[in-house]
Amino acid sequence: MNVAVCVKQIPDPAVPGSLSADHTLDRSGKLILDESDSYGVEMALQLVDAAGGGEVTLISMAPNEEVSGLRTALAMGAAKAILVSDPALAGSDALSTAKVLAKSIERAGDIDLVLAATESSDGYTGTVPAQIAQLLDWPALTFSKHVEIADGKVKVQRQTEAGYDEVEASLPAVVSVTAGVVEPRYPSFKGIMAAKNKPVDKVTASDLGLEASQVGWEGARQEITNVEQAPARQAGEKFEDDGTGAEKLVAFLEQLKVV
Amino acid sequence: MKVWVFAEATDDKVTTATLELLTKAREIGSEVEAIYSGSGDTAAIAATVGSYGATKLHTMDPGDGLPGQVAAAPIAALVGTDNPDVILFAQTYDGRDALGRLSVRLDKPVLTNGMSLSVDGDSLLFGTAIFGGVVLVDVKLKDAAPALIAIRPKSFAAEESGGSAAEVVPLPAADSGRAAEARVLARHVEEQQGPKLEEATVVVSGGRGIGAAENYEPLVEELAKLLKGAWGASRAIVDAGWVPYALQVGQTGKTVKPKLYIALGISGATQHLVGMKNSDNIVAVNKDGEAPIFSVADLGIVGDVHKVVPALIELLKAKS
Ligand SMILES: Cc1cc2nc3c(=O)[nH]c(=O)nc-3n(C[C@H](O)[C@H](O)[C@H](O)COP(=O)(O)OP(=O)(O)OC[C@H]3O[C@@H](n4cnc5c(N)ncnc54)[C@H](O)[C@@H]3O)c2cc1C
Ligand SMILES: Nc1ncnc2c1ncn2[C@@H]1O[C@H](COP(=O)(O)O)[C@@H](O)[C@H]1O
Repeated sequence: MNVAVCVKQIPDPAVPGSLSADHTLDRSGKLILDESDSYGVEMALQLVDAAGGGEVTLISMAPNEEVSGLRTALAMGAAKAILVSDPALAGSDALSTAKVLAKSIERAGDIDLVLAATESSDGYTGTVPAQIAQLLDWPALTFSKHVEIADGKVKVQRQTEAGYDEVEASLPAVVSVTAGVVEPRYPSFKGIMAAKNKPVDKVTASDLGLEASQVGWEGARQEITNVEQAPARQAGEKFEDDGTGAEKLVAFLEQLKVV
Repeated sequence: MKVWVFAEATDDKVTTATLELLTKAREIGSEVEAIYSGSGDTAAIAATVGSYGATKLHTMDPGDGLPGQVAAAPIAALVGTDNPDVILFAQTYDGRDALGRLSVRLDKPVLTNGMSLSVDGDSLLFGTAIFGGVVLVDVKLKDAAPALIAIRPKSFAAEESGGSAAEVVPLPAADSGRAAEARVLARHVEEQQGPKLEEATVVVSGGRGIGAAENYEPLVEELAKLLKGAWGASRAIVDAGWVPYALQVGQTGKTVKPKLYIALGISGATQHLVGMKNSDNIVAVNKDGEAPIFSVADLGIVGDVHKVVPALIELLKAKS
């Protein structure tokens, strides 16, 4: 079974984010593998293992031919990657991104299952997986917290407001997974060394047959009119607990009339 | 402006997020209609959406298909004949499914995580927050109608208009393609006690500072129950498997806006704050006086949750 995993490479979330002059997220520094996608990579490796054959292909769209995040996922055990990098893709919104990823999945060929995270850490649109599925005309099992493959079908536990649903579809299909679905492995030293020589197929938008009007800024069809800091909430009183903390809390609750 | 709302319901009860969207739709639009994909009682749903201003309720029963995903094809067909200006979705599981599929069918961009929405002349102004809620961004749409927009729950207040029941109009069947192949085999409802997280007047949340999974019930749940509130969590303890995902508050969890939010052993990362900082009052207990949660707390106690919370529970029990 061949699994493609969409992996986003993002600025390190531990570093405060910033915007470029054109109001897009500043992605000029080093990018890393979005932690949310490490679950998809791990899931894919486990599913291919369980199927007893096949391989994991990574799909990523990132500026400046960034490969750091891909190398992390390759070191975990993915076989190869397709990297779409093209200045024409700057400013791409979720729909443009999905078009690029869907075309890349077609380019990979012979894919039975596509995994993505429910939402990326920096963009958190959370629509890309369903958009990819519609572009490919595949079923999509979104918000999955458990995934298994049997008899040519994929079965998941899909998160709902009230609990979860068991949902099934035939392959090929798109599945989006929530954080914590599996425990991502740490790349071994051997894995890190091997990753250096694994193939990364670098392509542009036009290699995928996409025109500039469909993607990037033009595709997004919107204009950012204002950017400002959110108003900060005023801090109130703070007390060191000297044994009277609980009493202070009770007094506050009484004042609010919640007790 | 003609505004549609993708309505959601649990059993026959329309979700609060839907009512918030309908209220906003009335404010920005002259015509408001709702679309419902589900197996609930359409008469009951039509009565509720009507009392929030919708004149029509377009309905479809997805059977065992995923309600958001199989709704996209019939909605796309209806867009072609009825030409709405805006379609609003809640930033929920099914809302995002419907939005994603519809955007491809219509080849329209999506705006997501909306927190404000207004009309400026002929164009729509959409507001969202990035970097975990610390930077606000306003966006003007430059595209032909309809605008496809997802809004975070709790961004707007829900207010009734007192309208009569919406007219129920079944959506003509449409071919959903392979989207219809995803089938729900079984539903599992995890028993929920007490008020819902998004609707409670008091929310008590626990973070990694409570120390262990087994401390959640005696500290967090117990206090929440005494205050007739709901209990929530930071992502750290959801990822650790201490509590289910449904309890997560924050950027990738729920947005809450109670009268009182109590954070126990939560550091106050921006991604957590974005889900609760619009609460009327915030109380924090954390042993680190420098924890960022104190920068938003109206009352902060620098102390150990294992001392402060049991003492508080004792005092509250003594009072009742
Ligand atoms: C893309 C993305 C999305 C995210 N979405 C969310 C989200 O939706 N919700 C969310 O919550 N987080 C989210 N996070 C994670 C967030 O950044 C933090 O990691 C998380 O909120 C930390 O949880 P915590 O405060 O429980 O744990 P910690 O940060 O570990 O804090 C524990 C706190 O407990 C205190 N403490 C320890 N012992 C005691 C004691 N005995 N008594 C009192 N205090 C004590 C410590 O001083 C510390 O401040 C997201 C992160 C990313 C990158
Ligand atoms: N540029 C990208 N490259 C690869 N995968 C992506 C990209 N953008 C989004 N994805 C995938 O789609 C998921 C949802 O993204 P989003 O809709 O932006 O929240 C991400 O978690 C990734 O799995």
